[in-house]
Amino acid sequence: MDLSIGTEYEAFREEVRSFIRGNLTDDIREAGRLATSVFAEPSRAIAWQKILHKQGWAAPHWPEQYGGTGWDIVQRSIFSEECLKANAPPLIPMSLLMCGPCIIGYGTDEQKAEYLPRILSGEDFWCQGYSEPGAGSDLASLQTFAESDGDDYVVNGTKIWTTYAQYSNKMFCLVRTSREGKPQQGITFLLLDMDTPGITVEPIIGIDQVHEQNTVFFDNVRVPKANRIGKENDGWTVAKYLLMFERGGQEYAPSLYFQLANIKKLAEGVIVGGETLWDNGFFKRKYCEIEIEISGLAFTENRIKSALGNGQNPGPEASMTKILGTEISQRVTELAIEAVGEYGVPLQVDAIEPGSSIDGVGPKEAMAIMPKYLNTRATSIYGGSNEVQRGIIAKAVLGL
Amino acid sequence: MDFSLSEEQQMLKDSAAKWVKKECQFEQRRKIMHTKEGYSDAQWKQFAELGWLCVPFSEQYGGIGGSMVDVMVLLEELGKGLMVEPWLSTVILGGRLVELQGSEQQKQEILPSLCEGGIKMALAYNEIGARQQVENIAMTGELSGDDYVLNGKKTVVLSAEAADQLLVVARTSGKPGDSAGLTVFVVDPSQQGVTLSGYPTMDGYRAADIEFDQVRVPPSAILGQTHTAYESLEQVLMEAIITVGADAVGTMELLYQTTVEYSKTRKQFGTPIGKFQVLQHRMVDMFMHYEQSKSVLLMAVLHYVEGFDEVNKSISGLKVQIGKAGRKIGQEAVQLHGGMGMTDELDVGYYFKRLTCIDALFGNVDHHLSKYAEMV
Repeated sequence: MDLSIGTEYEAFREEVRSFIRGNLTDDIREAGRLATSVFAEPSRAIAWQKILHKQGWAAPHWPEQYGGTGWDIVQRSIFSEECLKANAPPLIPMSLLMCGPCIIGYGTDEQKAEYLPRILSGEDFWCQGYSEPGAGSDLASLQTFAESDGDDYVVNGTKIWTTYAQYSNKMFCLVRTSREGKPQQGITFLLLDMDTPGITVEPIIGIDQVHEQNTVFFDNVRVPKANRIGKENDGWTVAKYLLMFERGGQEYAPSLYFQLANIKKLAEGVIVGGETLWDNGFFKRKYCEIEIEISGLAFTENRIKSALGNGQNPGPEASMTKILGTEISQRVTELAIEAVGEYGVPLQVDAIEPGSSIDGVGPKEAMAIMPKYLNTRATSIYGGSNEVQRGIIAKAVLGL
Repeated sequence: MDFSLSEEQQMLKDSAAKWVKKECQFEQRRKIMHTKEGYSDAQWKQFAELGWLCVPFSEQYGGIGGSMVDVMVLLEELGKGLMVEPWLSTVILGGRLVELQGSEQQKQEILPSLCEGGIKMALAYNEIGARQQVENIAMTGELSGDDYVLNGKKTVVLSAEAADQLLVVARTSGKPGDSAGLTVFVVDPSQQGVTLSGYPTMDGYRAADIEFDQVRVPPSAILGQTHTAYESLEQVLMEAIITVGADAVGTMELLYQTTVEYSKTRKQFGTPIGKFQVLQHRMVDMFMHYEQSKSVLLMAVLHYVEGFDEVNKSISGLKVQIGKAGRKIGQEAVQLHGGMGMTDELDVGYYFKRLTCIDALFGNVDHHLSKYAEMV
């Protein structure tokens, strides 16, 4: 049992650092610094992805033959950590983290050759068509129907919570191709072009006043059967594979530590009645309690990584880190709005657009705090709500 | 980075788990707790035979040269058996203080015998008003001729009645609040002027208040050097926190699992209560509090063993974590067991009380949060 990560990684860390120093522009960095959501401003996020792609680093977790880096789990953590510290914007996850792995796992050689290079290069922008107005946590009850018609499917229905559909030229989605048997059995995984006739995208404005989500309507949309990933009626297998691919891959603690450290800086600069907020015992107590919880999560994630390193399968721990990571992140953002006090009140979404020339009210670093707090409420809802995750643990771990 | 156990550690864990399964039937433990001694001497002998008393000591003193990682592995298992033997007092608070602070001769005299199950010890440091903080100690050890004369009162001294030797912390210079000027004396509890009043603790151990009235001891009773015990004491108390931390984590694991199993068999409204989603989610939260505690324990132990700069912070973080999680898991276990959880008949109450008492020892959540806040 030991905590050492080996000196050979120091050189790697230096290589990553020096690359980021030399290639991450201030303009892109601003998008990372002002991000109020896990989805950064897309044009700058894509610009950063293109820079990484040139270096071969756009998809470290992909198998090497498809453009991955061949890094081990420690190297991947170091890479994410250094990107985070440098305020690099997070890469848009829909294509690199979600769609790509499904194509790698279940696509034909032709599909791999067609889509994967364009995902890596950022040429295609993908959105995810999973949820529907009647199918949220109960995803398998989805009703968008794809009717077979010769070499095509004809799709009718509605998808909702489609992040960044307004920027996307492609969508990967789950549709129903059969109403027989269990709900999971009649689902098919399809890829489609967003400019196909019959698709309408309508914006949903969030409680943070930001346009991140959309509703997507399908009215007799023709999709070639060649765009199907996996077998007909076997889309649930592909969707589950995606979850397995993500499993153990996501680490929350490094980003939470980083956000918490920013709150400390913020609090040190806030003077209340002659003392800094940082010297306020009530505030500091809350800060410390959160930091201790993050340290627990960091070691829970370390334990999972260590198990992966020894060739063990981490299993439903992914549900636990999702619950802990998102719920702690919500508390971090609560503490942040308490730190900025009345400067959380003004509505000034335009002032935090990267490159905005609007001065805004209050200190610049305080402006993104309230929108981020509001946006972070979504983290316990999306990706399988935390209630669903607790259900998974109750069943898979506790045997209830 | 590697969190797997070595072969030896796995064996230690297995043997402790086996012992708990075989020797720690609840009825039997409860009987032992209610005896005058409060623990079983026969089982103490087994501890010695199994090599559990010598874990943290270096080989030259009869130990196996283990680290706090080994202590953690052992105590996590023993915690599940409601151990009431004076292991913490003898091995960590006593033996480790001797190893850190004692002279070569004292180590040779005490530790090999301790490892074989001969000498049992207790650490008399806490006083009324000191709130378990070493620097607040007021009891005096005054030089009188060649001897020292001890005067003062110690309170809630764990496993004191079982001890063959007391390690008594007294002030040989300075005033309460000073970290300098503290000296540890090795005192025979049967000596003239020592009055020991024992009582059971809420969680099944025994403890005592001890009065020292003109107790005369020779200079050879001084453990190591005069005035300099503060750092050794602080280090031993860190090890004590790791020890009760591991005990608490083992207890939490057992308690959440016991609750889950109970919910599968207890029927109300015609269905096992474990089928109710509201209870399932609460048990998942118990499970996650346990996992978080295990993680913070690992962090603290490894920071301690590997000498990280932030070790003090991590140890306080551990005490905060087990205090909060222990309260949560303990209370939920009682609640989910319903009326039965409130009775002396069921072991659940004993585990709940153990977790509650652990928070109160060596500085509670509030104390360690304040300490932590000074280090962020």
